[in-house]
Amino acid sequence: MSESPPTKLEIKNASVRYDGAAVVSDVSLMLSPGPLVGLIGANGAGKTTLLRAAAGLTSVSGGNVFMENKPISEWLRAERAKALGYLAQDRSVLWPLTVARLVALGRLPHLGPWDAPSAADASIIEQALTDTDVLHLAERSVTNLSGGELTRVLIARLLAGTPSILLADEPVSGLDPAHRLQVLEILRRLAHQQRTVVVVMHDLTLAARYCDRLILMSEGRIVADGTPREVLTEQTLSRYYGVTATIAEQNGEFMVVPWGLEA
Amino acid sequence: MYAMNDSVLSGPHKTNREVKPSVLVLALLFLLAALTVTSLLIGRGASTGGLGDLLNLWREDPETARLIFSQVRLPRTLLALLVGASLGLSGAVLQGLLRNPLAEPALLGASSSAALGAVAVFYFGVGGMSYFLPFGGMAGTLLATAVLLILGGRSQDTLTLILAGVAINSLTAALTSLALNIAPSPYAALEIVFWILGSFADRTLDHVYMATPLMIAGWLFLLSTRRALEALTLGEDTAATMGFNMIAVKLRAILGTAFCVGAAVAVTGVISFVGLVVPHVLRPLVGYQPGRLLIPSMLGGAALMLGADIGVRAISTALELKVGVVTALIGAPFFLHLLLVLRRTRP
Repeated sequence: MSESPPTKLEIKNASVRYDGAAVVSDVSLMLSPGPLVGLIGANGAGKTTLLRAAAGLTSVSGGNVFMENKPISEWLRAERAKALGYLAQDRSVLWPLTVARLVALGRLPHLGPWDAPSAADASIIEQALTDTDVLHLAERSVTNLSGGELTRVLIARLLAGTPSILLADEPVSGLDPAHRLQVLEILRRLAHQQRTVVVVMHDLTLAARYCDRLILMSEGRIVADGTPREVLTEQTLSRYYGVTATIAEQNGEFMVVPWGLEA
Repeated sequence: MYAMNDSVLSGPHKTNREVKPSVLVLALLFLLAALTVTSLLIGRGASTGGLGDLLNLWREDPETARLIFSQVRLPRTLLALLVGASLGLSGAVLQGLLRNPLAEPALLGASSSAALGAVAVFYFGVGGMSYFLPFGGMAGTLLATAVLLILGGRSQDTLTLILAGVAINSLTAALTSLALNIAPSPYAALEIVFWILGSFADRTLDHVYMATPLMIAGWLFLLSTRRALEALTLGEDTAATMGFNMIAVKLRAILGTAFCVGAAVAVTGVISFVGLVVPHVLRPLVGYQPGRLLIPSMLGGAALMLGADIGVRAISTALELKVGVVTALIGAPFFLHLLLVLRRTRP
C-alpha cells in the first residue's frame, strides 16, 4: 500500500432505494482533493442520502462507491475510518463531556482497544482545537456551547481523526451569519490543504461565495456540476428551486441572492 | 503539549464533581472490601446474627461456625457481589448503547423476561432445580433485548423506549401470572414467586457455581463495547464512520446483557433499579464518559447490592424482607424523579 492517504472518492452508477422508491438514481461522481465541493438541491433531492452512501453508511444498489479504486465496503472499517470523516446532520451530543474529550473521540480510529491517547495524539487534538478556534473552550462542557461553537467543536473532532476525505452534512444550517462564515472559512481552508471536502448546504449565497465546485441534485439525480457561475444560473434556480434570484458580479466576486418565488 | 495532555485530557475536571479514575476505583474497592467483611460477619437470628457472634462461635464450636460461614454467609455475599456487578454493568452499557439515561435491565423488561424464562424451565421441569435455569433466564433476556432494539433502538426518544419496556413487561407479567394461575400446587406457586421477588437468602454455593461463569462471560461481552460506547456519544451514524461495526456492537451488548441478567435473575430473582441508580450516581464522577463508567458501575453495583442485602438482614422483622422489594421501593421514586428532571432538560 502507498504511503499517501486515500483522497479519491468515486461514485459509479450508484442508486439508493428506500422501500422500493429510488432516492438516489444512477449517480456518477468523481471527488478529488483541492476544491471545496458544495452539494446543493431542494429538500428531498437526495443530498444526504448520497453523502451517506459516499461515507459507506448506506449501501448502494447497481453501481458502487470507490475509495482509491477499491469499493468502500471492502475497506477494513478501521482503515476507512482513518481516511474518511463524516459530520452528521444531527449535532446532538448526549453526555456533557468536556470539549477536549469530545474532540479526543476523533482519535478512536487510530487507537487500539486498550491504548490511552499518547502525547502525539494529544498534540493532534490540540492542533484540531486550534484550527477550529475552540482551544479556549477545551475545559467547557459541550452542552453549554452555542450552536456555532458546537459545530466548530464537532469539526475539530472530525479533524482529530486526520481524515483526508471530509463529508459534512449541513454544517452551517442553524448558525448565525458570523458563525456560518467562520465554519465555511475553516472547511475551505481544509479543502485547499489538499483534502477532499464535500459540504451539503442550503444557503446558495454562501455556496456561491465559498465553494469551488457545486453539484446540484434534483429528484435523486445530478442535474448540474461545475463552478458556481456555471451551476447557479437563472434557469437552474427557477427550474430546480422554483425561485428567482438576483445574480451579480461585484469586484470579481460572484453573488447569488434568492429573491422571490417563481410565479 | 504536555501541559495540555496533563490538564485537559487526563486530569480531573475542575469545575464539576469528577474525580481521578484511580481514586474512584480505589475508593469503591475499599468500600466493597468493608461491605464484604461486614456481610460475612452479619446474619439473621439472635444467636449468630450479631457482628461478633460468628467469631465467638468459632472459638466454641468451629464446625458449626464453618458451616454457617461456607453454607450461608459466603454464597450470599458472593452472589450479592456478582449480581450487583452484573446489574450495574448492564445498566451502564444499556444506557450508553441506547443513548438514554433511563435504560435499565428491569425497566426494559430484560429482568422480568429472564424470570419468565427461568419459570418456564422450572415449569416444564427440565431436570428440577437444575443447571438449565440460567439458560432459561438467558433465553428470556435475549428475546426481550432483541425485541427492544427492534422496537425502540433506532430512535433516541425516551418515550418510545420506555413504552417498549412497558410492552415487554406487561407481556411477561401476563405470562408469569398465567404460570402462577395454573400452578399445580401451592408449593409450585411459591417456587414461581421466588423469581418475582429477588433475594440472596438461602442460596448455596451451587447457585454461585451455576451463575458465575455465565456472568463473567457477560462481563467480557459488555466490557468489549467500551470504545464503541464512547463513539456513540456522537450518534450511531458517526460511530459507524469512526470504524465501529454497530451491528456487532449491539450483538455483543445484547449477548452480554442476556448472560449477565439471565444468569443473575435465574439464581436470585428480579432485582430492579440497581442498573438505573448506580450508573446515574457515578456518571458525574467519571466526567460523563460512557466508557469510563463501566468498571466503576460494576464496583458500585456490587457495593449497592451488598449494602442493601446487609440492610435487609440488619432490619429485624419477623419475616426477612426480600432485597428485590427494597430496591424497588427505593428505585421507583428515584426513577420518577429522574423522569421529571429529564423532561425539564430534554423536551
